[in-house]
Amino acid sequence: MKDINLLHIIISLLGIMGIVSVNAVLVVWLERKAAGRMQFRHGPMEVGFHGILQTLADGIKLVSKQLVAPDHADTALFILAPIVSLVPIFVAMMPIPFSSTLLAHETETGLLLVIALGLLNTLGILLAGWGSDNKYGLLGGTRAVGQILAYKIPLLLTVLTIVIMAGSFSLREIALAQHGTWYAFVQPIAFLIYIVCIVLETNRSPFDMAEAESELVAGFHTEYSGMAFSMFFLAEYSYMFVASALATVMFLGGWQGPLLPAPIWFVLKVYFFLFLMIWFRWTFPRVRIDQMLMLGWKVLLPLSLINFLITAVVLAL
Amino acid sequence: MITNYMHEIVKGTGSLLAGMKVTIKAMFTRSHTVQWPRQHLVLPERFRGHIELVPAKETGFPKCFACGNCARNCPSKCITVKGKKPEGAKKKAPTIFLLDFTKCSLCGLCVESCPVKALSFSKEYSLAGPSKQVYSNMDLLTELASPFSSLVKQEKSNG
Repeated sequence: MKDINLLHIIISLLGIMGIVSVNAVLVVWLERKAAGRMQFRHGPMEVGFHGILQTLADGIKLVSKQLVAPDHADTALFILAPIVSLVPIFVAMMPIPFSSTLLAHETETGLLLVIALGLLNTLGILLAGWGSDNKYGLLGGTRAVGQILAYKIPLLLTVLTIVIMAGSFSLREIALAQHGTWYAFVQPIAFLIYIVCIVLETNRSPFDMAEAESELVAGFHTEYSGMAFSMFFLAEYSYMFVASALATVMFLGGWQGPLLPAPIWFVLKVYFFLFLMIWFRWTFPRVRIDQMLMLGWKVLLPLSLINFLITAVVLAL
Repeated sequence: MITNYMHEIVKGTGSLLAGMKVTIKAMFTRSHTVQWPRQHLVLPERFRGHIELVPAKETGFPKCFACGNCARNCPSKCITVKGKKPEGAKKKAPTIFLLDFTKCSLCGLCVESCPVKALSFSKEYSLAGPSKQVYSNMDLLTELASPFSSLVKQEKSNG
């Protein structure tokens, strides 16, 4: 029994590593390509077919670069931060159902697990900002923490709305509960709030206050180079994947769809959300912190609360 | 007040969607980038590159008969022409035709003053060289035969 468990863990970890790296390569390429097209450029064209291997080349460059820690940096935290940022991904990927059977590990509270682990990314960002002894880094790190205040409560309220509708915290159960209609159509307001929240959660533009390259050089990863930087990079794109996967499970019926096999439907839906985030990034300018907090507290919170209460009342009747 | 609040939200969402419409439209329009050197710009008729010698249609040799009008008219004195009569020919043929492109201001007086229209502006715009000498001493006679000449390129693309 023990051996089987170990084998199970190894196989799922390898699978998740594969997903994380292939996803990063694809999404970075998609992002650069979309950014180029939206600005009447071609984007990467040279490495591979239409530059599809560009990310791989960049990755090799990053891996071969030296990791330089600043003189007065807290070296332990400085090294720890990218690890804290990246490692939770491997656990957070575990309960994500690519089909009704294709998932690494099913837990009763998969949704809570993923959301809780998603928060660790912010801890990694804060550690990076604090540990790198750089004013821009520190500002970026604290901004990321301030950002939690804006999105976490509305995010949890929308998630709770879905949970009381599906009657389960298990991602698989939630997806199965949408056999007839997707929750995106039943709960359009929750859907929109959740989309805003995942952009906030993954520190993506227009809410990339922690990075804010025009204000803070590069924010929390100003001092990072080489592999440590690429770990932050990987983490960002993997959190995007996880957040999109949650959105797929909660609002678009997970893997369910006609004709195509289940995992393909799942990945297609995830990439729909990923493309949406890329689209946002190259359309909207970055908001100010007060504007972000205003959005979180004055718009997202009341709307999600009202939506939650109405859903609860309707379900109780 | 609450209607005002809802109105703000709806209006804001609408403006965001309008922005997204702009970018998605841009995404599916043609890219303006020209992928040099695989693609080349289509230059306008009156583009002025460095001058080049026009070959006669029948022979392929330059039309120029080394009268020196261009060199005399050049305000920057950047053209050097020398020619001599080949055995049994009526007209002279240029033996040396040098252009100092570093001094040329592309005024076009040489092209205008040529009595037989033996000079024209080339459409060569991708000019880069390892040293200044490449452009201070351009031999237009070899240029005509060199594979980098836009005239030869045109011929190649025609044929």
